[in-house]
Amino acid sequence: MTAPTLHYSARETLTIRTELIRQVRRRRTLVAVLLVVALPLIVVAAVQFGPSSSGGGGRFGAGDLDLVGLATSGAWNFTLTMLLFSSGFLLIIIAALFLGDSVASEASWGTLRYLLVAPVPRRRLLRTKVIVGLMLTGAVLVILVVASWLIGAITFGTAPLTSPLGGALTTGESFERMAIITGYIAITLLFAAGIAFLMSVLTDVPLGAVGTAVVLVIVLNILDAIEALGGLRELLPTHYATAWVDALNPVVTWNQMATGAAYNTFVFAVFIGLAFILFDRKDIVS
Amino acid sequence: MMRAIGGVGLVLFASVTLPALAAPTPEAVTIAGGPFSALDSTPVEIDADIYLPDVVPAPAVVLAHGFGGSKASVSEEAADLRDRGFTVLTYSARGFGSSTGLISMNAPDFEIADASRIIDYLATRPEVVTTTPGDPVVGFAGGSYGGALALMIAGYDQRVDAVAADITWNNLETSLFGQSLIPRDGVGVFKQLWSGFFFSTGLETADGQVTQCGRFAPDWCAAYSTAAADGVLTDEARALMARSSPASVTDQISVPTMLGGGQADSLFPLDQTNANAEQIRAAHPDAPLKVVWHAGGHDGGIAEQDRLRELTADWLAFHLGIGAPVSTDFQASRVQSSAFSDRDQGSVTILSSPQYPGIDGTEAIVVDLTGPEQNVLAPAGGVPAALSSLPGAGGLASLAGSFLSLALPNQTATFISEPLEQPVSIVGAPRVRLSISSDEPDVTLFASLRIIGPTGQPVLPQGLVSPIRVTDVNPQGRVVEVELPTILTEVAAGERVAVVVGTTDQAYRLPPGPAVYRIGLADGQVSLPTAPLTEVSGGASVWLWPILGVLAIALIVGVVVIIRPRPGRDSTDDALADVPLACVGLTKQFKGGVRAVHDASFQVPRGAVVGLLGPNGAGKTTTMRMVMGLISPTEGDAFVFGEKSHAGAPTLAHIGTFIEGPGFLPHLSGRRNLELYWRASGRAGQDPRFDEVLDISGLGTAIDRKVRTYSQGMRQRLGIAQAMLGMPDLLLLDEPTNGLDPPQIREMREVLRSYAADGRTVVISSHLLSEVEQTCTDVVVMHQGTVIAQGSVAELLAGRSGARLEDIFMEMVGEGHEVVTS
Repeated sequence: MTAPTLHYSARETLTIRTELIRQVRRRRTLVAVLLVVALPLIVVAAVQFGPSSSGGGGRFGAGDLDLVGLATSGAWNFTLTMLLFSSGFLLIIIAALFLGDSVASEASWGTLRYLLVAPVPRRRLLRTKVIVGLMLTGAVLVILVVASWLIGAITFGTAPLTSPLGGALTTGESFERMAIITGYIAITLLFAAGIAFLMSVLTDVPLGAVGTAVVLVIVLNILDAIEALGGLRELLPTHYATAWVDALNPVVTWNQMATGAAYNTFVFAVFIGLAFILFDRKDIVS
Repeated sequence: MMRAIGGVGLVLFASVTLPALAAPTPEAVTIAGGPFSALDSTPVEIDADIYLPDVVPAPAVVLAHGFGGSKASVSEEAADLRDRGFTVLTYSARGFGSSTGLISMNAPDFEIADASRIIDYLATRPEVVTTTPGDPVVGFAGGSYGGALALMIAGYDQRVDAVAADITWNNLETSLFGQSLIPRDGVGVFKQLWSGFFFSTGLETADGQVTQCGRFAPDWCAAYSTAAADGVLTDEARALMARSSPASVTDQISVPTMLGGGQADSLFPLDQTNANAEQIRAAHPDAPLKVVWHAGGHDGGIAEQDRLRELTADWLAFHLGIGAPVSTDFQASRVQSSAFSDRDQGSVTILSSPQYPGIDGTEAIVVDLTGPEQNVLAPAGGVPAALSSLPGAGGLASLAGSFLSLALPNQTATFISEPLEQPVSIVGAPRVRLSISSDEPDVTLFASLRIIGPTGQPVLPQGLVSPIRVTDVNPQGRVVEVELPTILTEVAAGERVAVVVGTTDQAYRLPPGPAVYRIGLADGQVSLPTAPLTEVSGGASVWLWPILGVLAIALIVGVVVIIRPRPGRDSTDDALADVPLACVGLTKQFKGGVRAVHDASFQVPRGAVVGLLGPNGAGKTTTMRMVMGLISPTEGDAFVFGEKSHAGAPTLAHIGTFIEGPGFLPHLSGRRNLELYWRASGRAGQDPRFDEVLDISGLGTAIDRKVRTYSQGMRQRLGIAQAMLGMPDLLLLDEPTNGLDPPQIREMREVLRSYAADGRTVVISSHLLSEVEQTCTDVVVMHQGTVIAQGSVAELLAGRSGARLEDIFMEMVGEGHEVVTS
């Protein structure tokens, strides 16, 4: 006798579609979406109903940079301000959550071993996890942008991007610049995403993976704020997190963004590569 | 003796191989400079350092430091130039550092004479290339105070072969007494803040004494004191400053000269750089001349230190004969600031053109301005005063110019354009004609060009204002032409420009007032200079990192792909093709030395229900994990239907598994969990047999509730059901009856027996011996990681009527071992 026939194809295991179905209904996905929709609503409410800040009057030269005033000049500027508010921390946490929780949560539920014995090849599992994690992060980012724009358009109209120093842009340019900025912010999230994913593979505690990534980003941001470190700060991947402001110049300046994008993608590749190599050889005891 | 030789060898070795690591410290020398003073011809002692390159003799570069510095403040740049192959000499100017003498502000008889003595000295050094005896190949470089020295020595001493001078003055008087009238005449407005900073820097004495003049020569001390105390510029002082100005010798400069100017410089603004350039070009049109308007300056701005050092080194290297040709193209840095971040003060783009356009541009764009004649007040005592730049505040200064520039009501007249239809790139100093009338003949004003964006916020580029002083104003009015600050900025279409004329500025000495002036536009327009500049292709530098990044990522991907674990060559064993599970010498030694399983070998025959028995810690679960490819064996192999098992081995698809408790997505229903698990398992070609499996689980309607709400027993049953999805050929169950109540356990036994009935195989691990005894046809007994018995239950019990597995087990492991029984 010979072995019974096998109806199995590794390529059909844990497809992106299946993994998306497994993940989207999770509470953390819903919370992330709610957060990024709530943020613009809260800001709109604060601007509309909050205490008026324009009562100062008589200030010399009125020289302060009025961020909120800038935000309320139209949907594009409002969206930009929402990105400014969220890119430093909220989006980092969301990226770290979607990637950091991906493998560790399966381990903590006990589902990881069942997927692996199905068998889902280990690299295929990670590949699907990374792609779906990035897709969800990207989706939340896009939802933030679209929701902010819509809420901004309803509340403040659709005036194109204006910057007090860079002049006004056309609506077409505003769209183009917003696309560049959104894309660049997505890339800057890769650092947190990569370290979170690596930790996710190494630990069975989802919060540990997410927390490690977030804490690391905070530490790097603190280092980046220490001016005494001078040029050394350019070695920090998070140093380039705000380089997207260069897309607001009359002519887009690419230097910092190009460096930042390359660096973040590179670091991401290192972390993901490490995750693959370590996971290949890991004894799964969860 | 041998040891001594060995030691010498080691020293030689070290000195041969480590020159780059241990850069030699410079050699300190004292050079006899020019006379101490007009009355005392004793030479001052100049404290200098010499940096020697690897290859000598080499052309020499003399680096002169800025005001208030010493030879130590340029040591970094000196080391860079040394590494480029120059013999570099740095020295503390007289009155600074450890050099003796008093400060005479680059006076020809003193500081410039010192520099000539330094050239004499270099000619005597064998490490310096000479053209004729006494004439070394030497370039001078420096910024600010040192820049003026470099220009002046090039004018006074024909032995200088190349010059690089940055942010320095052309005319000390118009630098310190700003006058932006065209033509320039009369005494300008005293830059008292800058001058004060400057002067106080030279007051510190070696013995810490507080003195009036510090290390300044008496004539300079007197000139400053009169100007600062009384606002009077004496003829003696004017003559002193004229002699200490490169303007006096620019017509003698015929050597290659690179001039840097800072856009963020209210002390020596770009019009000073421009004057140097135009005077040199007028006198020697064929001499190589390069002008660079960078983004730095005495106000801070954006330091482009690295780029400037490189430009300087390239310039000197080519013109002193040790470098590749460099162009004389004009370079200008365009600073773009963003309103949304204080990350830095903006980003820099390098623009260039083959011709230096000067500050009047190659073309002027005339923009109409509107605004009535306006009365402005010069307040009594000059306070409150507007704030444009903050001398001495470094980086803060230009930030202040962008955001905080105070334009005080009643003190400013403003003339605004319509929104521009076309964008304008301003390159140079805009000009405007003002009409001024007043009862007070001596009028001091500060004029500037501001750019008004869509938010109405006026921006003062670089925080620069043009001081003007008109001394013959009358009530009928006077028309004057004013040169506004030299700037390089883009005005977008839709933005407006404004000329703002104010009466005060905190950086300047202001008239006592009070007085009212009437300011109007003489011809209702401002002339904006522009020049065709092209962006220097930053292609390499912008895309360098992305390209390297892509290469690095490709490398990482390659490495990750290459070191993918691959099953060994002999991964199948045809002899075992019909054996559902065969373990051959399985051994697992965990990190830390715990040997969980040792040399476990057994086979599971087809159609059998096999019990894997042993107390907790016997190695059952570890064995099962190795079979499933979850952990890799230290030695030995497991074969599933003849295929070696490893992580991701397709043959694992033969096995339905329940191992160490159930695992489900808590946010989904039991049914959804099973469906998704089936979809994830890549067995689409097979019938999952959901109905049968759900029947076995016995969950009833609870199957559609979220797993989160299940009891332990329900999850356990769902887990076993999941293992049975698709009715796999081999079922591996690890402690399946945990958490089940006795009727359910009995039911489970039936299910498993019938499961194996049609040729399928079941392996159950358990520490409950009695349970296994009732269910299984065969047993494998493990203890302390080793297989101590295997065979059919019947065989094991043969000849021992009434004996139970438990008794046999106790016999095997010996007394004293705790075995859990049900």
